[in-house]
Amino acid sequence: MSPPQSPKTITFISRSTPYGSGRAKACLDMVLSAAAFEQQINLIFMDDGVWQLQAAQKPKSIDAKDLSAALSALPLFDVSNIFAEAESLSARNLEPASLAIEVKACSAETIAALIRASDVVYQL
Amino acid sequence: MKLTVLVYSAPYSSEAAYSAYRFTASALAAGHEIYRLFFYYDGVHNSNTSSTPPQDEFDLVEAWSKLIKTHKLDAISCVSSALRRGVLDPQEAERYEKQAASLGAQFVLSGLGQLVDANAKSDRVMSFGA
Repeated sequence: MSPPQSPKTITFISRSTPYGSGRAKACLDMVLSAAAFEQQINLIFMDDGVWQLQAAQKPKSIDAKDLSAALSALPLFDVSNIFAEAESLSARNLEPASLAIEVKACSAETIAALIRASDVVYQL
Repeated sequence: MKLTVLVYSAPYSSEAAYSAYRFTASALAAGHEIYRLFFYYDGVHNSNTSSTPPQDEFDLVEAWSKLIKTHKLDAISCVSSALRRGVLDPQEAERYEKQAASLGAQFVLSGLGQLVDANAKSDRVMSFGA
């Protein structure tokens, strides 16, 4: 496999709870792989996906790995365009300032603009 | 057009895997190139040849295998998704001392880098079952 010729802008929309299914982990694995190949990445949390951002998760009690710990690795992969849809956060009483990682709270319109500016969009 | 088909869902659990198959066959018939099939998450079950549906039902794993063979397609099952779900090739079965290797002969286990590569080299990536 040869490395991609030119980086593409890839937007990932993570919409699932962290432990209710494997989707959140699967989405994060895709993000980290794309980042390792130096693609331009937007990562957006919306709908139930914002639950992944809740601070102080204790997944050991259900024999799961801490997904938020993995999220904190994103800066090491130079993934800095991380967004959370504001309405999804407020509907779940999640404060943008007290999340497990730093994200930019944004509107649905901003997400639409990010999608329009992307070469590829994945949602899981 | 150069297309990559990404399949997230298992045969029989939802319609998505069958739709992905129909899409791939139709795209080929219309003259498009399939750069890669990438089976991810529950989609790896599409590459499990232990799948044994009743004889009067459509055998999706067999159908994929025939399509891949006929058109010499590059068909990857994500290795980390596949191992978790018991879809192993003979090497992995031996390495982890498991009884059975169930990955179809037309499929290859490989990593997510293959999806990133496909993403870079295809005009479109079509996702099914997200």
